[in-house]
Amino acid sequence: MADEENHFLKIEDVSTAFKIQGKYYPAVSDVSLDIHNDEIVAIVGESGCGKSTLATTIMGLHDPAETKIGGKIEFEGQDLLTLNEDQMNKIRGAKIGMIFQDPLSALNPLKRIGDQIQEGLDYHTKMTEAEKKARVLELVNQVGIPHPERVIRQFPHELSGGMRQRVVIAIAIACKPDLMIADEPTTALDVTIQAQILDLLKDIQKENHAGIILITHDLGVVAETADEVAVMYAGQVVEKGSAKQIFDNPLHPYTRSLLRSMPQKDSENDDLYVIEGSVPSLQKMPQDGCKFAPRIPWVPESEHEAHPTMHEVEPGHRVRCTCYKNFKFQDEA
Amino acid sequence: MWKTVLRRVLIMIPEVIVLSVLVFLLAKAMPGDPFTGSIGPHTSAAQIHQLKVQAGLYNPWYQQYWNWVVHLFHGNLGTSFQYQEPVTRIIGERAINTVWLALFTMVLTYAIAIPMGLYAGRHQNHIGDNIIRVYTFVTMAIPPFVILLIALWIFGYVLGWAPTTGSVSATASGTMGTVLSRLQHIILPGLVASLTGTVNIVQYLRSEVIDAKHSDYVRTARSKGVPTTNVFRHHILRNSLLPIAAFAGYSITGLLGGSVVTEMIFSYPGMGLLFLNSISYRDYTVITALVLLYGLLNLLGTLLSDIILTAVDPRVRVQ
Repeated sequence: MADEENHFLKIEDVSTAFKIQGKYYPAVSDVSLDIHNDEIVAIVGESGCGKSTLATTIMGLHDPAETKIGGKIEFEGQDLLTLNEDQMNKIRGAKIGMIFQDPLSALNPLKRIGDQIQEGLDYHTKMTEAEKKARVLELVNQVGIPHPERVIRQFPHELSGGMRQRVVIAIAIACKPDLMIADEPTTALDVTIQAQILDLLKDIQKENHAGIILITHDLGVVAETADEVAVMYAGQVVEKGSAKQIFDNPLHPYTRSLLRSMPQKDSENDDLYVIEGSVPSLQKMPQDGCKFAPRIPWVPESEHEAHPTMHEVEPGHRVRCTCYKNFKFQDEA
Repeated sequence: MWKTVLRRVLIMIPEVIVLSVLVFLLAKAMPGDPFTGSIGPHTSAAQIHQLKVQAGLYNPWYQQYWNWVVHLFHGNLGTSFQYQEPVTRIIGERAINTVWLALFTMVLTYAIAIPMGLYAGRHQNHIGDNIIRVYTFVTMAIPPFVILLIALWIFGYVLGWAPTTGSVSATASGTMGTVLSRLQHIILPGLVASLTGTVNIVQYLRSEVIDAKHSDYVRTARSKGVPTTNVFRHHILRNSLLPIAAFAGYSITGLLGGSVVTEMIFSYPGMGLLFLNSISYRDYTVITALVLLYGLLNLLGTLLSDIILTAVDPRVRVQ
C-alpha cells in the first residue's frame, strides 16, 4: 500500500486542444479538479462539453500529433503530462483504470473474455499463468457475472449489454487501481442494470479505497453516487462543490437549467424544461466571455464577466462568471 | 464451426442446380446446334433432321437437360467444334497453365500487399505511407493492359529477361526442367498481375488498420497499459486482416478463371485466352462448359470465403 497522502489526483489548469484543418481548437480549457481516494467525483454536462476528452487526457490516450495539452496532472507525486509512453503504460491499467461507455465496441470482438481481462495482469503483475487464471475468475465473480468458467471462454457478442459492461469493469479493476475513471458507465444500459452497475462500482471503490471520476450526463446517477460534483460546459468547469451543495443550492444558470430539465415526480405538468440552443462545436466556440451567455439571451450582457473566473461562494463551492447572481428563468417573475 | 461449414455446403446444392439450369437454357438459346458447321454442303435437310432426332434435340428441354447432366457427371462436356477434341481435354490442358499462373500471382499478391498495407496503416501519413499511396494511386490510374504491355516490351523484348509468349518451352525436358521453364514463363505476367492486383488490397488493408487504430477496443487495450507494438500485434493485426482473409476465397477462384487481358498480351495459353478464342470461333460447347465452370468457381469462391470467415471470426459461427 502506498502512502495514503499520495493517493490522489490533482488536475491543474488542464487544456486539451484538437487540431482541425491545421488549427488547434480547445475541447477542454483550464480545468482544475482534485480527487482523493475513497471519493467519487462526478463530472456532469451535456454531450460535447469535454467530459470524455478530459478523461482521455488524464489517461494520456490522445495522439500527440493531433492534440495540444497544457497544464499539470499530478498523480501520486508525478506529473502525468511529462511522462513518456512507456512510463504511462506502467500507470495505465495498473494505477488508473478506465471504464468505457458502449461496452460492445470497447471489447475486442475476436478475443475471448478471459483473455481480455487477463491482458492487464500480463503487463502489470508477475503472477504465474495459473495465478492469473484464478485472478480472472475472481474478478468475473466480483463483478457479478454468473457461470465465470463458461463466460471467460466466450466472446463479447455472446454476452448481454449488462454483462459486457461488467466485463469492462472487471478489466478496469483487474490490477486494483487507485483511481478509476468511469466514462458514462451506465448510458448503454437499462435502468435496473444501471442501478446494479452503480452499486457494483461503489462496492469496488470501498474495497480498493480507490478514487472514482464518474463522467455522466445523468443527474440521477450523480445524486445517487457522487461526493463531489463538477459541472462542465463548453470545456470549462462552470460550477463545483459537494453533491449536497450542488443539488441543494445550484447557482450557475447552466447547473440550474440542467436540474430543471430533470423529470420531477411532483411537478405540475409533464413538460420538461428545455435549454434553448446546443453546445457550440469546437470551431464555433466563443473564445472569451461567458460561454453559456448565448443560451440565456435574456440575461443582459452587464451581468456577465468579461473574463469569467471561478468565485468561491461558500467553502468548497465555486461558480464561474457573475451571471448567476441575479439569474432568473424567463418564466420566473 | 463444422456445423456452419456443413450448412454452408448444403446451401450450395440448390445454387449449383439453378446455375446448371441457367447455363443449359442459355446454351439452348444460342443460335445453331451441334451440327452447325460439321455438315457438308451436300447434306440434305432430311439427314440433318435424322441426326437431330438421334441426338434427342426434339425432346422436351428437361429431358435434354437431364441427358446433359448425366453426361456432365461422366465428364463428357461434348466435343469442341474448333479443335474436334473433347472439351474436357481442352479445358484440362489450359487449366494446368492457369493454375500455375493463378497460384503464383496469388502468393505474390498477398506477399506484397499485406506488409505494405500494414505498414502504411500503422505509419499513416509518414514518408513510407506516402510512397505506398503514390504507388497505389498511380497503379490504379493506369489500365492494367498498358502496364502489361510496357512490362512485356521492356523485360521481354528490350532486356530479354523473360519469354514473351507461351507457358512452357517446347525444348524443356525432365521434371525440373519443365518446372523451371514454367516459372520462367509465368514470372513476368504473374509479377505484373500481382503488382496491379496488390493495389486494392493495400488500400483496403491500410484503411482497416487506421480504423482499428481508432476503435474503442484498441483504446481499451491502451488503457490497460499494453505497449503500442503489442496493441498492434494482438489487437489491430487480426481484426484488420479479417476482411482481407475473407476476400481471399473470391480472389483465388477469380484468378483460376484466368485473366483474359494478361493471357492475351503474353499469349499465355490459359483459360482466359481459351474463352476469348472460343467466343470468336463460336465454339459453343467450349463456351458453355467454361461459363458453367466460371459459375462453379464463383460459388466455390463464396463458399471458401465463408469458410475462412467462419474460421477467423467467432461472430459468424452457428451455436
